[in-house]
Amino acid sequence: MTGRPTNELANEPATSRDGPARRRYRQERRKAWRLAGGIASAAVGVVLLIWTLLPVYNMVLIALDDEGDEFTGSLWPQDPSFKSFGAVWAQDHWYLEHFWRQFGNSICLGIATMVLTVVIGSLASFAIGRMQLRRGQLIGDVALLTYMLPTAILIIPFVHIMHVYGLSDSLWAVTAAYVAFATPYAVLILHQYGKLVPMELDECAKIDGASPVQIYLRIYLPLMTPALVAVGVYALLLAWNDYLYQFMLLSSTRNMTVAAAIDQFFDSDEAPWNYMMAVALVYSLPPIAIYFALRRFTRFYRV
Amino acid sequence: MSSAQQVLPLETPMRRPRRHFRLQGSDTAWAIAFVVPYAAVFVAFVAYPVVFGLWMGSRPTLYTLLFSDPRYIDTLVNTLLFVCIGVNVKMFLAFLISGFFMQRGWWVRSLLAVFLLPWALPALSVFLSIHYMLVSQWGLLDSLWSAVTGADGPLFLVSRGTAMSSNILAYIWKWLPFWTLIFLGARMAIPREIYEAAAIDGATAIQQTVHVTFPLMANVYLVATLLSTLWTLGDFSTVYFVSSGAPARTTDVLATYSFHQAFNFGHPELGAAAMVSALPLMIPVVILLIRRLHRTGVQL
Repeated sequence: MTGRPTNELANEPATSRDGPARRRYRQERRKAWRLAGGIASAAVGVVLLIWTLLPVYNMVLIALDDEGDEFTGSLWPQDPSFKSFGAVWAQDHWYLEHFWRQFGNSICLGIATMVLTVVIGSLASFAIGRMQLRRGQLIGDVALLTYMLPTAILIIPFVHIMHVYGLSDSLWAVTAAYVAFATPYAVLILHQYGKLVPMELDECAKIDGASPVQIYLRIYLPLMTPALVAVGVYALLLAWNDYLYQFMLLSSTRNMTVAAAIDQFFDSDEAPWNYMMAVALVYSLPPIAIYFALRRFTRFYRV
Repeated sequence: MSSAQQVLPLETPMRRPRRHFRLQGSDTAWAIAFVVPYAAVFVAFVAYPVVFGLWMGSRPTLYTLLFSDPRYIDTLVNTLLFVCIGVNVKMFLAFLISGFFMQRGWWVRSLLAVFLLPWALPALSVFLSIHYMLVSQWGLLDSLWSAVTGADGPLFLVSRGTAMSSNILAYIWKWLPFWTLIFLGARMAIPREIYEAAAIDGATAIQQTVHVTFPLMANVYLVATLLSTLWTLGDFSTVYFVSSGAPARTTDVLATYSFHQAFNFGHPELGAAAMVSALPLMIPVVILLIRRLHRTGVQL
């Protein structure tokens, strides 16, 4: 047989029939397979790295450019300047007038979406899965019907609905939309993950006289932490990635988020692309920071 | 295969003994109270808009108008291409790449952190960046092309084929990490003993992937594909920013088409009708997804 699968066996002492020459041949062959495997995975790694970083590099390249209105067509920054980042920092352009306020709005939106999704989703999945509410499964199924209509098209009735609720130009409208879209997935994930936590724990606590609220707070939440973090990160990135709902539902510059404000750059002919890319890069930082801060609570930390 | 499935928490139907305890009166009240916040969100922000949208798109004349628009037919074709190719290629790549990240070593772990960047970077900024890479003769791809070959690079957004391919590639770039992470979790739930047993029986790495990993992950793979199909039909930002419908609005998908109809051309009802016309595609997927989730436990 070929060398690779016999790796496990090859560690065992060779049988007495094998001469030293044959043993050496096997070792050589094993070493060659290891080397080939190492080179192959290094090649895959390099391809993945280039594939991942190319658009990011392009953002940096444009942001470091001095002139905003034209691309230089070079592969590396010829005359790198941090002018655009400085302008973003000091809000030194009329597009950037309210940048830090809008940045704060984006963070509020992301955190609110994350917290509300985790709280509402975990309460619902606790009632369905752990308390075994009668016909609870039906709730999970109906929740999935949310994805029956494409979210991007649901914006059309959504704009009208928000007028009816009196929530036009309000961050709450956008938060509500994201929570509504993220919670079905949260319930799905939490419900499935909850099946791995033994029911006996709840039953013991119940016999000892714990109320449902105590079981939820003391047993369910701590044991579900990895799934809760996964769902929270998912909700945060949903809010951070989406553009359409923020663009359509927020109209005044003071209430806008960064995603909605970037759209203003398209209004003018001069299009300061370097400012736009600097804004985009700064806007990219919080989710990365939050993701890596929360990463050790997920089960992927074991990788 | 089925006997192997029984071993795994991943795939077992996991039926608990039904209700040791019947919910007592106060507990039922608590359980209902716990569901109420979600029910309120669902009714106010999902059910109401959906019903309102269906009502907006309920006039039959809208559909004769819709189907007489040649752009709508183009849009349907694009949407199908975008969803079918985009989702399936992405899922298969994610499956393979998750296997790559199962390797041990510090550099694999660091690479995973970098590889997750596209998911963490906001869609808006990266799709704009990709658009600028493609759009002009000063774009990065063009510079790379001329640095390597010495000639001017291809113009990506002037033909429907290349523009649509760019959309699909950008979409795969953006969402590959998320699903790789999902599959990585599923792979980690498979006990190592099964692989050791297969290796002792002399299975090669490829045989292990085909006969051990894939059957055990088939369920997660299917559920993930269905879920991703639903989400991708609602994907607006990719096409809106990467190709912006160029050339000449021939690369629109349903999401951007109905957006333009509703907010740029002032026909919100036509946009809603385009939404309703996606239902025959979406409903079977949702039903399949729900049935799949009922039959087996899937740990995403």
